[in-house]
Amino acid sequence: MTYSYYPGCTLKTKAKDLDVYARRAAIALGIELEEIEEWQCCGGVYPLATDEIASKLSSVRALNAAKEKGQDLVTMCSACHHVIKRVNDDMANVSDIQMRANNYMELEEPYQGETSVIHFLELLRDKVGFDKIKEKVVNPLTGRKIGAYYGCLLLRPSKVMAFDNAENPSIMEEFIKAIGATPVVYPLRNECCGGYISLKEEERTQDMVTKIVESAGGAQAESLITACPLCLYNLNKNNSKVDMPVYYFTELLAEALGVKEEVEG
Amino acid sequence: MQEQVKTISGVNPYKCMKCGKCSASCPSFNEMDIKPHQFVSYVLNDDLEALLNSESIKQCLTCFACVERCPRDVKPGNLIDTVRQMVVRKRGAELLSPEEVTQLLDPELPQQLLVSAFRRYRR
Repeated sequence: MTYSYYPGCTLKTKAKDLDVYARRAAIALGIELEEIEEWQCCGGVYPLATDEIASKLSSVRALNAAKEKGQDLVTMCSACHHVIKRVNDDMANVSDIQMRANNYMELEEPYQGETSVIHFLELLRDKVGFDKIKEKVVNPLTGRKIGAYYGCLLLRPSKVMAFDNAENPSIMEEFIKAIGATPVVYPLRNECCGGYISLKEEERTQDMVTKIVESAGGAQAESLITACPLCLYNLNKNNSKVDMPVYYFTELLAEALGVKEEVEG
Repeated sequence: MQEQVKTISGVNPYKCMKCGKCSASCPSFNEMDIKPHQFVSYVLNDDLEALLNSESIKQCLTCFACVERCPRDVKPGNLIDTVRQMVVRKRGAELLSPEEVTQLLDPELPQQLLVSAFRRYRR
């Protein structure tokens, strides 16, 4: 199984763990992730104003690169996934955006949303299968009580993201089961961590994060997993109340597959 | 101006039945001077000046809880971000400056945070 892969800026810098452990796990699972050439930053946020075109072009370039290879496009970071998936939806369904973006791009063949965008978690669920992962686990994380922190961007708006049930998701809990640990469902797992507001509003972010980690702790979770570098940062930086380590889901996957220590850096 | 907001946001405020679910779902409700459901009414009443000057455009986290839960698919969050764009597209009206950011950096801060904040708060 070979896929085009879009890592994104933060996975090359502050969130290297999210990327490195995913690549090691992918090899162990027989998945080939081909990083697309000359990808550009997705912009971090999807531009909601429908007249924004320039800020969507980096996504279109990545989508078209995957199309030219005839591959699905795999994303790892929640924010990149959100942006690229929604731009792809525009390119397939909004004729004005499709026309204007293609006017800029001047491709040999116009891009019309042909590429499938799949998050690595969806790849694990739908292409590999959690049952298969279970079979390949050599170091099950038995006894560890882990809460899934979904946040916003993977789930909402569900009409476009089509990732999971936005109010009662289960994909990350299924993932936690597959690696041998015990999933802990807690009420605030799909609440916002504060996102970019943490830059200027520390107190607000602390309030929001405290509610989330107290909700997880109250349900007996001992740690959390996430797919988003900004969620991880906010949850770590703004929590002074509860002992609640936060991991990228890929780190625990690599650990369970016995490939965590394989190559350092 | 009402037409401009409707066109850029792609939102039809007439679909709103004022159930208030958007505001009930909003994590920034307490910090907003004009609540998400009121935002829709202000557009209906063509009172854009109040929206352009509202604290709400700085406080919206674009978490999409309002968009997800709206039973009429009005997308209040798209309206708020459109008004925010209309503000920051004006020269000198940015809500975040590079000078200010240098004071706010810390070593762990992910690039994603800066890119996102700049995209939402300035051109």
